[in-house]
Order: sequence, then C-alpha cells, then structure tokens
Amino acid sequence: MKQMVRSFLTYSRKAPLTQQLSIPSAVIHPAIVRLGLQYSQGIVAGSNARSIALLHAFKQVISDYTTPSNEELSRDLVNKLKPYISFLNQCRPLSASMGNAIKYIKKEISNIPSQFKEDDAKKKLLNCIECFIEEKIVLAAKAIAKSSIEKINDGDVILVYGCSSLVNHILCEAFEKGRKFRVIVVDSRPRLEGREALRRLVQKGISCTYVLISAVSYILPEVSKVFLGAHALLANGYVMSRVGTSQIALVAKAFNVPVLVCCETYKFCERVQTDSFVSNELDDPDDLIVTRKGETQLKDWQQVPRLGLLNLVYDVTPPDFVDLVITDLGMIPCTSVPVVLRVKNVDLL
Amino acid sequence: MPGPYRETDLTEKVEAFLSDLKRGGSGTGPLRGSAETARETTALLRRITAQVRWSSAGDLMEVIRKEGRRMSAAQPSETTVGNMIRRVLKIIREEYARSRGSSEEADQQESLHKLLTSGGLSEENFRQYFTALKANVIEAINELLTELEGTTDNIAMQALEHIHSNEVIMTIGRSRTVEAFLKDAARKRKFHVIVAECAPFCQGHEMATSLSKDGIETTVITDAAIFAVMSRVNKVIIGTQTVLANGGLRAVNGTHTLALAAKHHSTPLIVCAPINFLFISGEILSKVNVHCPVFDYVPPELITLFISNIGGHAPSYIYRLMSELYHPEDHEL
Repeated sequence: MKQMVRSFLTYSRKAPLTQQLSIPSAVIHPAIVRLGLQYSQGIVAGSNARSIALLHAFKQVISDYTTPSNEELSRDLVNKLKPYISFLNQCRPLSASMGNAIKYIKKEISNIPSQFKEDDAKKKLLNCIECFIEEKIVLAAKAIAKSSIEKINDGDVILVYGCSSLVNHILCEAFEKGRKFRVIVVDSRPRLEGREALRRLVQKGISCTYVLISAVSYILPEVSKVFLGAHALLANGYVMSRVGTSQIALVAKAFNVPVLVCCETYKFCERVQTDSFVSNELDDPDDLIVTRKGETQLKDWQQVPRLGLLNLVYDVTPPDFVDLVITDLGMIPCTSVPVVLRVKNVDLL
Repeated sequence: MPGPYRETDLTEKVEAFLSDLKRGGSGTGPLRGSAETARETTALLRRITAQVRWSSAGDLMEVIRKEGRRMSAAQPSETTVGNMIRRVLKIIREEYARSRGSSEEADQQESLHKLLTSGGLSEENFRQYFTALKANVIEAINELLTELEGTTDNIAMQALEHIHSNEVIMTIGRSRTVEAFLKDAARKRKFHVIVAECAPFCQGHEMATSLSKDGIETTVITDAAIFAVMSRVNKVIIGTQTVLANGGLRAVNGTHTLALAAKHHSTPLIVCAPINFLFISGEILSKVNVHCPVFDYVPPELITLFISNIGGHAPSYIYRLMSELYHPEDHEL
C-alpha cells in the first residue's frame, strides 16, 4: 500500500501537462489537445459530460480527416485515432463510458463498406455519433427519469451525493411534474461537487439541505430514499462511482433506507473489481491541504519523509448495498448487469 | 482575615474555570483535551474541599453539587466535568462510610441478596461530623488526581500487546490518547497509520503531522474514502469523547460511518478511553437529536474492545465499571 501511494505521489496537476507526456502534442489534432487539457484541469468533469465532449471532439476529427491515397478509410482512421486516445488517457485516465463510446466508434468505422466515397463515409460516421449521443445519453436520461418518477412519492426526503447529472435531471423532472419532496445533498472534500448540485436544484426551486459526508449517519434517520449516480457498473454487480458513494450506501443499509442507483446502459462495463484499490484513479494530493484557524498543517507534507496524502477519485459499492438499479432498459437488480451486457453484445453482433 | 480572602480567591478560580469551559465549547478558545479538563476539575474540587467551610459530609456534598451543576451548565457537552464531580461525591460517601466504621461492602448496591434482606434502606443523611474526614477526602482526591495524570501513560503501555509489525491501522480525527498509544508502539514496532481527516475541522491533519514527526508512516485520506480504504486495514483504533453506560460511544463526527465500515469488513474496532470518560444515560442518547452533528452515537455492537487505564474490556462490561465508579444517587447532580 505504501508503494502504491509513493508511486503516485509524483502526480501533480500543477506541473505543465505537456512536460509529462510521451507523445508530442504537435501530431495531435487541436480539438483533442484542447479536450485533453480540459480533462486534466477538471474543467470537463462527470462521466456523461466527458463522453459527450469526447464524441464532439471525434466528430471534429472525422470532419477534418482526409484519407491518404492507397489507404482505406475504415482501417486508416482507426489507426489515426489510436494516438489520440493514448494522449487523452495520459491527460486523465479514460472512464468506462468513454471506453464504451470509443469501442462503438471503432466498430462503426471498421464497418464502413470500402466502396463508400469519403464524403459519404464521413457523413455516415457523423450521423452515427449523433445517434449514439441522442439514444444512449439524452433519450436514456428521459427514460430513466420517467421510471424514477414512479419511485418518488409526495413527502419524500431524498438524499443525493455529489453532483450526478442524471440524478439532478431526475429530480428536476420530478419537481416539474409536481411531486412534493425535499432533497438532502451530501458533499465531501476535497472536490465539494455537491455545491454544484445544490446550485442547480435550488435554482429550480427545490428545497434542499446540505451536509458533509461525516454527518450522514446523523441525518439518515430523516431520509426516505437515497438516489445515487454511477460512473460505471461492473460485470460482477459492483457499482463504481465517486469516492464516498459506497460509504453512503453502507450507512443507508444500516438504517434500512432504500438505495437506488441510476445508470445508463452505455456505462455498463465488462471489468470486474472487488475493492477500490486494485484499480483506481488518484487525484492531486495537494487538494487535501486546507487552512483551518490560521494554520495549514500539511503545508510542506512532501518534505516530511513519512507523510503521505491519498486522494482517491472512485470507489466500488458491493451489490448487497444497492436495492435497485434504474436503467433505460428498466429497473433491474445489480446482479443483472452481466445479462444486460450479454444482450447488448448480441445486439452489436 | 484568612476566611473571606480564601473564599474570594476560590470564587475567582471557579469563575475562571467556568469561562474557560464556555470558551472551549464555542471553539474559539484553545481546544483542551478531555483529560486536561478532568484534571482541572478535580484540582478545583480539591480546592473547594480544602477552603470552603463545611461541618459535615452532607454540607460538602451540597456545595460540590451546587458548583458541579454550574460547571456542567457551562459546557453541557463536556461530560468529564460531571463525571469528576460524581467521582468525588462517591469518594466522600466512601470516606464517610469508612469513618463511621461500616464496611464498604455493605454499601455496594445492586445486589439481589441485599435487596431482599435489607428490609428498608437506612436513611443516610451524612450529618455526623468526623474530624479526620476532611483530611481523608483530600487524600482520596489526591489519589484520584494521580490516577488521572497516569491514564494516558497506562493506556499507552498496553499498546505493544495490540499492535503488531507491518499492520495497517486506521484512525479518525485527533485524539491525544490514541496519539500516545501509537507513539508508544512505534518505539518497538513498524506499522502504517491511515488517518481520516474528519472534516470540517480537519483535525486529522494535525494528528498525521504529529505522528509522522515521530517516525510513523502516515497517510491522510478524506472522510469519503473511509470505506474504500477499509479493505486494506487490519485494525481501527479510535479515541472518544464519552463512553456511555450501555457500552456505546459519543465520538467525533464520522465515527459511526467508520464503525459500520469496520463491521462490514470484520475489522476489529478498538476504543482507547480513560476510565473517567464513562457517562450515564445510554440508550436515550441515540434517540435524541444532537443539536449540531459535532458528535456521533456509535452503538455498542460495533465496538470490539475498550482499552482503558485499568486494562481492556468488552463493551458489555462497561455498565459494571460504571456502578463501581459512581453512586446511583449521584446520577442526577
């Protein structure tokens, strides 16, 4: 564990990105470079936002692409995309949703029949990407909102964690449909994403309360339901989400409060993972430093030989903590994820 | 005139202590550890015993109760003040009983045999005057003070029995008792400590800096990562604000989550608390809304072991310890 923390201690967002990369940014399409910087600085954050930004950047790449002579578009374009994807991975590790989107694009590109003219091929690809965004993200959100509204009753006290675009969408829709409920937003250091969620909900007119994650066992007795977003759903039923989600699910289970996870099917992933350590993203440890009562305790932590800071980004929630997963295919238990994956794969074939 | 002088000096000291308590609670004054509060309370009670004029044990108990009520009111969440007062009242009762010549055993309550054979409780009004009582009481309070001063060391001495090499230990926030405990073990063993920072005051940062300065490998994590990291942890060691009579805890915010995560991973949860942290009124506290979530209630089922200055105990034994420390009539000051 010591080694793992030490090996990542050199990560720091403050150092210029281009110094840390192995691929010269000169050969990368400018839209991708911009996207990479936006990822690494945290300007584009959240799995849906990142996927949509990625797809838009790829649309730009495809429109600017010209097939060199003696090359087939279907093979060459895929090869062109490889370094872009590695570049983005180095800026910030790819999310499961981005991985699935990339797989889809690659499949579509390789399926382009060779007799297509370049313009037609490009048009088709752009169309495919549009469809993907429309179906898998926008319409999926609408479908999930429709199912979730049945689960929200008048007088409910709903707990949400951090800022999930899907959960915010659901709550806003339910409020517009006239459901009467109030929301408790749980937030955690150092990202404090809950404040963004709070802003969006309060703007709509929903009455909200705000607490930090350490107070969750104090307010849970008042809560009737917990709605959580997900970064990915793994094939063994574990839910990968922002760090702290598993804790909220754990405490909710202890108080017998139902936990509902909302997730689009394009985030379902074939990986399996049982704990949050085997594979995770580490964020800048300097984010943990804070000044309280005029003293910054951890100011020079890098000089202290035995002190380390750990800033995890994700964690995995075991399926026994989750009561229901609401997807665009319906409401399923966590353990049905591999079934959905199998069905999806059969479709793609 | 020595009498009034001493009394005004005493009142000054009491007032200073009360305002200190009030400030400590609002968070603007220096944060004092509970152990320090206990020592100061006891020292003040000894002063009161020495300087205030009293003729019988009953008078002394009245005075102490009155001052005690004022002190408890100044800082309701600092339960060690009330505990020390109850300890001193118990001491007075014991000394009185000894002076009267009756054996202490007869005064132990909660014996079924005694209930059946006592045939009506003798009305103890503590009115008899004994010359040696004052000296005896002060001596007993001195013993109590010595015990208090030694608590942290006594707890730290047990560290080596519980911490082995290459273990990963998790703790939350800042507890001086746990700090001493870990530092003592670190003299002979090498292990790794993970500290949860405990927002919003982030006292975990101070704890981490202090531990790492003593050569202990420390990592700071956010409160949100407690469950994520728990799979790698061998033991959880925490301090607490108060130990309740049912074996539960009133501890810093976030401790309940930590306890639940430890239970889920079947990781032992060890609480280091001096014996003066015991407090009456167990289950009621869990149903009451704590005004602002500075503290958490942790039920006794989630706790594996209590380490106090008199050794290790299971949570189910706490009620017995409490009956030895406090007399039931002093439960309400």
